[in-house]
Amino acid sequence: MKVSAFHLMPHRELPPDFERRYPSVWVTPPWWELADARRVGQYYNWTLDELLYAARAGFDGVCTNEHHQNAYGFMPSPNLMGSVLAKQTNGLDVAIVQMGMTLPTTSPPIRVAEEYGMLDCISGGRLVAGLPLGSPMDVNLAYGITPMEHRERYREAFELVLKAWQAKEIFAWNGKYFQLGQVNLWPRPVQEPHPPIWVPGSGSISTFDFATEHNVCYCFLSYAGARAATTMMDGYWDVVEKKGLERNPYRAGFLQLVAVSETDAQAEADYAKHVEYFYHKCLHVPPQWFAPPGNQDYRSLLAANRNPVRRAEDPKTLRYKYFVEKGYVIAGSPATVKERLTEEVIKRLHVGNLMVLVQIGSMPHELTLKNIDLFAREVLPGLREIWDDKGWENHWWPKSLRGSRQPAGATR
Amino acid sequence: MTEQARTLTVWNGRVPLRVHVAGAGPAVVFFHGPWGLTWGPFLDALAQQFTVYAPEHPGTTPGDPDAIQHVDHLWDLVLCYDELLEQLRLREVMLAGHSFGAMVACEVAALQPARVKRLALIDPIGLWRDDAPVVNWMLLGPAEMPAHVFHQPDGPAAQAMFAVPAEAEAGALARTRLTWAMGATGKFIWPIPDKGLKKRIHRITAPTLLLWGEHDRLVPRAYAREFADRLKDTRLEVVPGAGHAPHLEQPEATARAVQAFLKA
Repeated sequence: MKVSAFHLMPHRELPPDFERRYPSVWVTPPWWELADARRVGQYYNWTLDELLYAARAGFDGVCTNEHHQNAYGFMPSPNLMGSVLAKQTNGLDVAIVQMGMTLPTTSPPIRVAEEYGMLDCISGGRLVAGLPLGSPMDVNLAYGITPMEHRERYREAFELVLKAWQAKEIFAWNGKYFQLGQVNLWPRPVQEPHPPIWVPGSGSISTFDFATEHNVCYCFLSYAGARAATTMMDGYWDVVEKKGLERNPYRAGFLQLVAVSETDAQAEADYAKHVEYFYHKCLHVPPQWFAPPGNQDYRSLLAANRNPVRRAEDPKTLRYKYFVEKGYVIAGSPATVKERLTEEVIKRLHVGNLMVLVQIGSMPHELTLKNIDLFAREVLPGLREIWDDKGWENHWWPKSLRGSRQPAGATR
Repeated sequence: MTEQARTLTVWNGRVPLRVHVAGAGPAVVFFHGPWGLTWGPFLDALAQQFTVYAPEHPGTTPGDPDAIQHVDHLWDLVLCYDELLEQLRLREVMLAGHSFGAMVACEVAALQPARVKRLALIDPIGLWRDDAPVVNWMLLGPAEMPAHVFHQPDGPAAQAMFAVPAEAEAGALARTRLTWAMGATGKFIWPIPDKGLKKRIHRITAPTLLLWGEHDRLVPRAYAREFADRLKDTRLEVVPGAGHAPHLEQPEATARAVQAFLKA
């Protein structure tokens, strides 16, 4: 089992009436009313410190991701964060999991191959290369990419990056979206033939096919917990089996919100308001923006219209107890968290690469360190060996880090 | 009057274009807007005096959503329509269009100006002003959409376009068709519907009618001035009691204005 600490780098101090006063946390939140650059500088530094703390505390990897014009996550360049993390974790057996630099918004996309090459060199071959499609809010709304071209542009960029990493000869790329006369990447990554690739998805069948055809780790980055993801992940494993691939749990990644305290009651006292902040404010986005016309292909669109997802409950009306009960957040004592993660998430979804959102919404720095510390000391050791008896190889993890990590033990 | 549909294949055999044809008299080609082709009282009225050809934009024809995958750019689309007019042997023609379709009509006219005798633009897009942005309807929620397209969001025209049939499969198809039509036309205008018409519009020689719904909430009437400033011979008429789709909301008044202009 590999367990990584994931960070969104949210605004931690949105006003109490944010979701009533503003139409969206994404694309349109007004910077000048809501943010202060010096304070935001503090958020970035907290984020880095929290991830470095997690690295030292014994997590197997640290994850950053890319969003644009988004008050719940504003690392428009995850690689700026990743390069600090790579440098500062040299000497630790920690993977730098970039979840990652968004392909369709990076032009030309060899920039992704170059920067990931740099990160793999700086970290000595510890990079996990996330190659995300990117959300419609980031790609279509903020970065102006035509919805109908989003996926096709992604697929071309993906092939180009893979080729740029591995080609022994200089080559010309005459694509539909990108034309480059002489591709000759400097630097190339340390890991051969290339760093392990993770592709985040949101459950569309076309991404299952893409992930299995390219033999990458499919990652479901969910904010709604394992129960809501069960049908979807079962669908993924069906595709894996139909293609004759092994049911290796390391073929799947999953993001879970986790909040650990001394007891279940103390967890509620510590985390309830931060969890509610996350679901009430950070997920405040007009639903139609998730699927602008043309973003889904015709068949997926028709399938979605034939089987409309039963209108999920409005999270703004729900409270901490509900989010915990339904498993959106796994929160409580170390024993509770370990039990639920093991049964509801890892074993039920058959996941080998777990990502844990350790900082949730408005959770302040000190409390985040507490969450990381308790998780690393009292939960993580009990998860590590879950898949060991089955003899699976984690082909989707840097080769030099595949053994079990010996925590260095962090001190606060 | 019943229109006949025929399919002509353009773009080296890759793009079938279904064209609805009705009426008799001089040829008028009508390009529909972002929500698909509605053959209704407006086109029926035009067909009383003209031969109306109404092509469906690639991807919007039921049963052939993937035709759009062969049309990459606006330039491809304009040449597809150039080929269509050739195949229809329309050497002298009048063009009309609504919204996105009016932009297409301008582009086709700018390609071969001598072919186009008169041009009728209904709430056209294709230009841009920072101080009066065109609303991106593709980002509106289903509850907001009718009031942005129509003056009367509960009126019969809005119902005809947006009401979802109660039967499940018909409802799913209707929703899909509407969304896909916006996606297939949106491919040529995302994220801002200024794709260079301003550089080409001077080539148009045809006298042009600009028709604007009095209450257009998507394309501000400031754009009437933008089109008028760039075209040689224009006339503006405002259709009362209509939003962005006057030919659907006020079909008789709109048809009268277009007929009078095209016959002049």
